[in-house]
Amino acid sequence: MFVLRFLQTVLLALSQLRANKGRSFLTALGVIIGVASVTAVVAALTGMKEFVLGEFESVGAKYVYIDGTVPPEMENKVSWLDVQLQLDEIDELAEYASSIEHISPQWRLTVDVAVNAERLQNVRALGIRPEWHDVETRSVILGRPFNANDDQDRLNVCLINDKAIEELNLDKDPIGESIFIAGRHFQIVGVVETKAVSAMFGGGTPQTEVFVPFGTAMKLNPRGWINMAGGMMRDTSDAENTKAEIRYILRKSRGLKPDEPDTFVVEVLQTYIDQFNSIAGGITAIAGGVVSISLLVGGVGIMNIMLVSVSERTREIGLRKAVGARPGIVLLQFLVEAVTLCVAGGFIGLVVGQLLTLAVQSIPGAALDGAVIPGWAIAVAFIFSAGTGVLFGMFPAIKAARLDPIEALRHE
Amino acid sequence: MTITIRQLHKVYRIGDERVHALRGVDIEIKKNEFVAIMGASGSGKSTLMNILGCLDKPTRGAYTLNGKPTHKMGAAELAAVRNKEIGFVFQSFELLPRATAVQNVMLPLIYSKKGWLGARRRAKKALERVGLGDRMGHRPSQMSGGQRQRVAVARALVNEPSILLADEPTGNLDSTTSEEILRLFKALHDDGQTIVIVTHEEDIAGHSERIIRLRDGRVISDLPTHQDPVHREWVQKAAATLHTMAAQTRSVESSQTAGAGA
Ligand SMILES: Nc1ncnc2c1ncn2[C@@H]1O[C@H](COP(=O)(O)OP(=O)(O)OP(=O)(O)O)[C@@H](O)[C@H]1O
Ligand SMILES: [Mg+2]
Repeated sequence: MFVLRFLQTVLLALSQLRANKGRSFLTALGVIIGVASVTAVVAALTGMKEFVLGEFESVGAKYVYIDGTVPPEMENKVSWLDVQLQLDEIDELAEYASSIEHISPQWRLTVDVAVNAERLQNVRALGIRPEWHDVETRSVILGRPFNANDDQDRLNVCLINDKAIEELNLDKDPIGESIFIAGRHFQIVGVVETKAVSAMFGGGTPQTEVFVPFGTAMKLNPRGWINMAGGMMRDTSDAENTKAEIRYILRKSRGLKPDEPDTFVVEVLQTYIDQFNSIAGGITAIAGGVVSISLLVGGVGIMNIMLVSVSERTREIGLRKAVGARPGIVLLQFLVEAVTLCVAGGFIGLVVGQLLTLAVQSIPGAALDGAVIPGWAIAVAFIFSAGTGVLFGMFPAIKAARLDPIEALRHE
Repeated sequence: MTITIRQLHKVYRIGDERVHALRGVDIEIKKNEFVAIMGASGSGKSTLMNILGCLDKPTRGAYTLNGKPTHKMGAAELAAVRNKEIGFVFQSFELLPRATAVQNVMLPLIYSKKGWLGARRRAKKALERVGLGDRMGHRPSQMSGGQRQRVAVARALVNEPSILLADEPTGNLDSTTSEEILRLFKALHDDGQTIVIVTHEEDIAGHSERIIRLRDGRVISDLPTHQDPVHREWVQKAAATLHTMAAQTRSVESSQTAGAGA
């Protein structure tokens, strides 16, 4: 019974709105614009977030970067060579840091590479441990990855990337071929995919890369140093713990006193992701504030027009009351009218917002292809629209409900 | 007993000014009566009707409708009484301009507890009863004044009220149309409907069984129609006028035939 009566009230309100189509639309315009602009902003933000997180993801959210560094306070006292990571420190981390799954130091070399007549100078070469394959998510597309033997026996084997195949004019399948690195014979055992490092992380056009076992690299240039170590966290949600554990182990092994600063840096990509997420959250909150304000403005417009509607229809309200409409029903009728107006406005706003989102997606070079209105934004838009209707429809509805039937019928 | 009114007072307040519209009215109206309320302009007829129709509340006094003390009711309860017990016909029809005849007649059923599931059927029946079976889908602007008032009467009847109240129902109609509406009221009364109408016209009051006259918010006479001195005088005068008119017509006719014969 109540449901039927409610449905009927809704139908009545809808027919009322339909009778005043133009005015209803103009009234809802505030809500439409508010919802449309904010959903578009949220969609663009979502797209941006997806893009940035995608960039992070390409490196790996679990990635941990460890390197020696001279703290500013000690700039004149120690040389940067004194603070470089040592192999035993890496081994210690590998053994004791339970939050790290894999760790591989990198021994960076700049070498000349030659095959037959081709000769490349100042090529970036890295000495790496087999764990590198687990840390860097780069697949071996041909041949095999490094194994423990390569490293321990300091074998003259190497991995190259496909850019190197191109530049050195090698066979499409160069496994087993031999090349000169820093004047020595090396056998190619595998090909690693060329990774397009995004511009965000200082990447650019892919370059020729050569990888040799860590031990071999140390042998090639004994006066070199560990450029950095890359690690892999066990758990993404554990970024701060991981950092703390690594710091504890390194500080202990370096014998740093409590008042002395770290002579190394530990960066976990996840902390940047967390930071970015909190910034994005902040922007979303600001957008939410904007939607509140625009809905407020829209709501005032709706209240105004509802008041006009109540005074225009005073006689009608009087008649409805005269034939038995209880105050509660009249209240409900006007409230439903305001809510319907707002929710319809919210719906149109979402449609317009979706069109704007499509437009945003196609902005060339904005990297917002992933822009999409998230489900929660749709839900919030509807809830807020309906809330606006209730909030701003209440006053006119109460006014209508409290009209005296006789005075209302006498109204001109 | 359908209606019992005891020592009813109504005082309107406009700023500091007070208008004493009803000053202690006592009336009883039984089931199936046809009562006319008469009186000079400003005597309190509409004020009384609005209270009878539960559209307004008395300042003081008691109004019992079918045993229920309406002067003790709140707005929602009064609305329910208006819906169930009362059919009100206004001088200015008060139809919704955008709604068709059927939709207008359905209005009380929409707010009725009994449910509005059979509303359309009942509304059509009510329209047939007032002789508008062929105007169901017409809007008020597409109908004559008499037809509009018939729609209003159908709306007042549709929920089978215990009393039908009409405040100058023919005030906006010409005499022929008024006569039609009154014949309709009489037919309804013959079917057992209790009716109270307010009117200025003695000929309209002539259709009733009882005339209550008001002056300055008081009942000055309450008699069966055929015993009401004012009404009787009017009837005699009207008969005399009719008589002289008939005589004149006859003499004109006879002179015409005489002239023709000459
Ligand atoms: N809403 C109101 N506010 C103030 N005074 C009112 C109001 N309604 C009626 N009155 C006064 O009450 C008195 C009775 O008015 P009412 O309308 O009942 O007269 P009536 O007999 O219906 O007159 P009419 O034949 O002209 O319709 C009048 O003096 C009128 O001025
Ligand atoms: Mg009056």
